Amino acid sequence: MVVFLPYVWLMLFFVVPFVIVLKISFADVDLAIPPYTPLMQWTENNVLAIKLNFNNYEFLFTDKLYLNAFLNSIKVAFISTLLCLLVGYPMAYGIARAKPSTRNVLLLLVILPFWTSLLLRVYAWIGLLKANGVINNVLISLGIIHDPLTMLYTPFAMYVGIVYSYLPFLILPLYANLEKMDWTLLEAAEDLGCRPWQAFYKITLPLSRNGILAGSMLVFIPAVGEFVIPALLGGPNALMIGRILWDEFFSNRAWPVASAVAILLLILLVPFMMWYQSIQARESAGAR
Amino acid sequence: MNQRRSIFIISCLAFGYAFLYIPILSMVVFSFNASKLVTVWDSANSPTLKWYYSLLNNEEILDAAWISLKVAVINASGSVILGTLAGFALSRFTNFRGRFTLNAMATAPLVMPEVITGLSLLLLFVAMEQLIGWPAGRGITTMTMSHMTFSMAYVTVVVQSRLATFDTALEEAAMDLGAKPLKVFFVITMPIIFPAILSGWLLAFTLSWDDLVISSFTSGPGSSTLPMVVFSKVRLGVSPEINVLATLTISAVTLIIVGVSLWMARASRIEKAPA
Repeated sequence: MVVFLPYVWLMLFFVVPFVIVLKISFADVDLAIPPYTPLMQWTENNVLAIKLNFNNYEFLFTDKLYLNAFLNSIKVAFISTLLCLLVGYPMAYGIARAKPSTRNVLLLLVILPFWTSLLLRVYAWIGLLKANGVINNVLISLGIIHDPLTMLYTPFAMYVGIVYSYLPFLILPLYANLEKMDWTLLEAAEDLGCRPWQAFYKITLPLSRNGILAGSMLVFIPAVGEFVIPALLGGPNALMIGRILWDEFFSNRAWPVASAVAILLLILLVPFMMWYQSIQARESAGAR
Repeated sequence: MNQRRSIFIISCLAFGYAFLYIPILSMVVFSFNASKLVTVWDSANSPTLKWYYSLLNNEEILDAAWISLKVAVINASGSVILGTLAGFALSRFTNFRGRFTLNAMATAPLVMPEVITGLSLLLLFVAMEQLIGWPAGRGITTMTMSHMTFSMAYVTVVVQSRLATFDTALEEAAMDLGAKPLKVFFVITMPIIFPAILSGWLLAFTLSWDDLVISSFTSGPGSSTLPMVVFSKVRLGVSPEINVLATLTISAVTLIIVGVSLWMARASRIEKAPA
């Protein structure tokens, strides 16, 4: 019973939907409600005819727009993950090495923005980055620049938004990993003549590998399919696959094409998800 | 610690926290700005509460907030039940058929891009309506069910990690003394994992309250949630009322989170103290 209820729920609302998406990705666009053709039909002789339509996939591979969007999403997600690591690693490290009492406060300060609305936090950057926004006003009043910089609706704005929104997801698993670290190892290395950077590179970094990977996956995977941030900060040229899927669905009402995009995106991401799960399994096995 | 290294770490922390908090603070400050230009400070008439009044009289936003609140409360309560069951099953029964599948299904929504979840759930609801006539149309019910599907994953993780550090001897003792499994759960297990259940509830509430993408796919006419209204406003640019909304959200979240963590810190001190 304990197993049964969540099991059935997840089967019905998580697994079955993907089967339906897969099915509809093979259907044709139709001017009907719902807007796609049925896949299976009973013919006159009571034979079940199944018509698979590969046009949607063919279309996705021939139209440069989709391929570019896929590649661009991976690029954006990858760079954002690296930037998150660059900002987040020293933070997680600093929190893990702080005094236990300060540590809780610092941790709470990382978690707090995560609890406030993502949409509102992304919105805050519009106010900061726009032509007569806070950053430009400050720079102009300080006399550093004379004309406002164009920052909003550029790739730069999109990266800032993604790094800003996903930073807590990277810091938390990394902190959880670094917290368990045996710092006497570092002291030993330094006593034996290792320079601090060398000790970091040879000991801390390899030992925190699982934390780095888990945090990076938590940033990378959702960032590939991100919709809100490119839509609000990225401007019209920000080709992200999540946005394409959204537009195909809501603007073009091309449900089968949107489904095909979703299936391809899923195929792309499943290896990363499985990798993440195996890291998690290793991490919790190591903890015991 | 080495002096140079600690200076480096402290400046990294300072930079990181500034990065996290400057946008939030800027929204709070400019929510008191009188100017309609939002980011241009009108020092003659500011600070003012005029946008606070105008937000509280904005029917569209209030209606949407009411819908969001209903969805979030039902979702949080439902996901806590499902998530606790799943977390319990995963941490207590290490060997049952389908454990692997349950584990994979329970954690996959954590990283699944929202556009995929949203689209797939919508297509499920459409197919169900065609087949069995339920749910008829889309609205609060369909939104709540889809929110529960991804929120329960978070509750599962929270409850599972709490149960991992749980001393099962307590449960065994109660059972040796003749308590039935169900009674053991409610008298022993529940109170001990209560902090995890509470954080799970709050987390599920927040996720639902904040969700834009999945709601947009699974909502119907007349059931726009707060994030959907905010998104359509923000697409047109900055708006002073949104700054007010952000300030109110941030204040509420800060109060609740700080309150709950203080309470939990006290509870865990009591737990750890020698009897």
